[in-house]
Amino acid sequence: MRIAGRRPSPGFIVGAVILAGWVLLALLAPAATPHDPLATVSGAREAPSAEFWFGTDRLGRDVFSRVTYAARVSLVLGFISVAIGAALGSAMGLVSGYYRGPADAVLMRVVDAMLAFPGILLALVVIAALGPSITNVMIAVGVSTIPRYARLVRSTVLTVREQAYIEAARLIGVRDIRIMLRHVLPNTAIPLLVLSTLEFGHAISVGAGLSFLGLGAQPPTPEWGLMVAVGRDVLGRAWWISTFPGLAIFTVVMATNLLGDSLQEMLDPRLKAR
Amino acid sequence: MLATYLARRFAQLGVVLLLVSVAVFSIMHALPGDPVQLMLSGAESGSVTPERQEQLREEMGLNDPLPVQYGRFLRGAVIGDFGTSVRLRAPVLDLILDRLGSTLALSLGGILFAVIIGVTTGVLAALKQGSWIDGLSRVLAYAGVSLPLFWLGLLLILVFSFQLSWFPPAGSEGVRSLVLPSLSLGLVSAGVIARLTRASLREVLVEDYIRTAWAKGLPKRIVYLRHALRNALIPVLTMLGLQFGAMLAGAVVTETVFSRPGLGRLVVSAILWKDYPLVQGIVLFMAAMYVIVNLLVDLLAAWLDPRIRDEVPA
Repeated sequence: MRIAGRRPSPGFIVGAVILAGWVLLALLAPAATPHDPLATVSGAREAPSAEFWFGTDRLGRDVFSRVTYAARVSLVLGFISVAIGAALGSAMGLVSGYYRGPADAVLMRVVDAMLAFPGILLALVVIAALGPSITNVMIAVGVSTIPRYARLVRSTVLTVREQAYIEAARLIGVRDIRIMLRHVLPNTAIPLLVLSTLEFGHAISVGAGLSFLGLGAQPPTPEWGLMVAVGRDVLGRAWWISTFPGLAIFTVVMATNLLGDSLQEMLDPRLKAR
Repeated sequence: MLATYLARRFAQLGVVLLLVSVAVFSIMHALPGDPVQLMLSGAESGSVTPERQEQLREEMGLNDPLPVQYGRFLRGAVIGDFGTSVRLRAPVLDLILDRLGSTLALSLGGILFAVIIGVTTGVLAALKQGSWIDGLSRVLAYAGVSLPLFWLGLLLILVFSFQLSWFPPAGSEGVRSLVLPSLSLGLVSAGVIARLTRASLREVLVEDYIRTAWAKGLPKRIVYLRHALRNALIPVLTMLGLQFGAMLAGAVVTETVFSRPGLGRLVVSAILWKDYPLVQGIVLFMAAMYVIVNLLVDLLAAWLDPRIRDEVPA
């Protein structure tokens, strides 16, 4: 397999395989799990064994089955958050970079204000306004990534808008909206793909963090962050309850980072800084 | 040029802070969800009459037009009056100041670990490119961005508290209780700092003035430490401002993991309590702290490296 004329790097292959494995597990969860993720199937807090690979939790539920089902929640969260951030952020960046002037000034000040919230804080404000739930976590995480998409798309558009073919399109009377969507937007596809890949893992990690804090998924939903939080109280007696869901987050995020960085090197070597 | 530079930066600071206050205010007020409904949703049904709701709305000034409410909010924020916590029935500023020390200690501890681990690894990686330590810096960077902070904290507790009994797993008593939470925050940033130190030092090492230093016959130690590292660390310093934000944001999670009192834990509780004034106050305070620290760090960098302040504004 070749992408843009380059052989995929080992990082790309490792990342893609791990991620594909998780997607497959999530899709096939009912067939891939030995137990119902919500059912009590044994005594409480049984250590990992041949029957219960990852042990059981305080309600005697199978941790392996729960970790597997939870992949569905996190992968969906990743996709939705990326879709929200990419759509809104690109729209802002496109308008900003294409029109310049007052629209650009206003939109970029909005971006500056959003960037003034360190890390998870912007997502927290949105959760505070909407109320804790997994759906609201997806919205909150998506919204909090808008500034990064807006800046990336704007900087690409700024160079593209000076091209002769854009000028030509404008001179023959093509409408702005059509120029933006048909001639400018496609140029941002590659940087957008790279950023979206990196943000996918980031969103899963932040989303799990919010659930860990009790602001996202609610019991008894199998969700990685929530499972880590529940296991935290019995960490000394039953390490497996927190450890395996945490490991799941780590592998997914690591895989998307490997994939994102490799894509960047393969598709757009100029884009080094994140 | 320094005066113009300072003036420009302070003007930018004012604009950003103003925008942040608008952002916090509008997100909390414009999004769907009635604060009074949310606030009373925990109360027993029947005890919340429409009259009581209306009374609370009036008390909180929620019946005033939004610009009036924003004006009141901003005027308060400027003089440090963030209102009163609905749940804790105390001024928001007092609650913030009570926990500020604990969160700052945690953040500074995190920065300290990040710098010690990050700069050491970065320097060694730059000087011995392709060696195992260069590989380690890469692994550290990957682990830093991939490890969920809350899980990393639990792993540290598992190993250093439960297995080795070196440090307490929770609490805020003394310096020993600060080690694990700071370390978990520091490890996350160490990778970024290591990679930046490595890149920056490699760039500096091919500069003319380094060649001059070698040509003068200066000893290795002087060239590396006094001439190269000093200059290479200026971008790292700027990065520390951003990492301070990572520490503040990380405190939200880490304080919960280690059951430490602090601003992060308070804001999470405030959200769960639907204590709007408290959420607004803490978020605004943390964002302001982050922006101001970044300004100070940039000013320090400009003072250390005159080339920065002479740059034409973007």
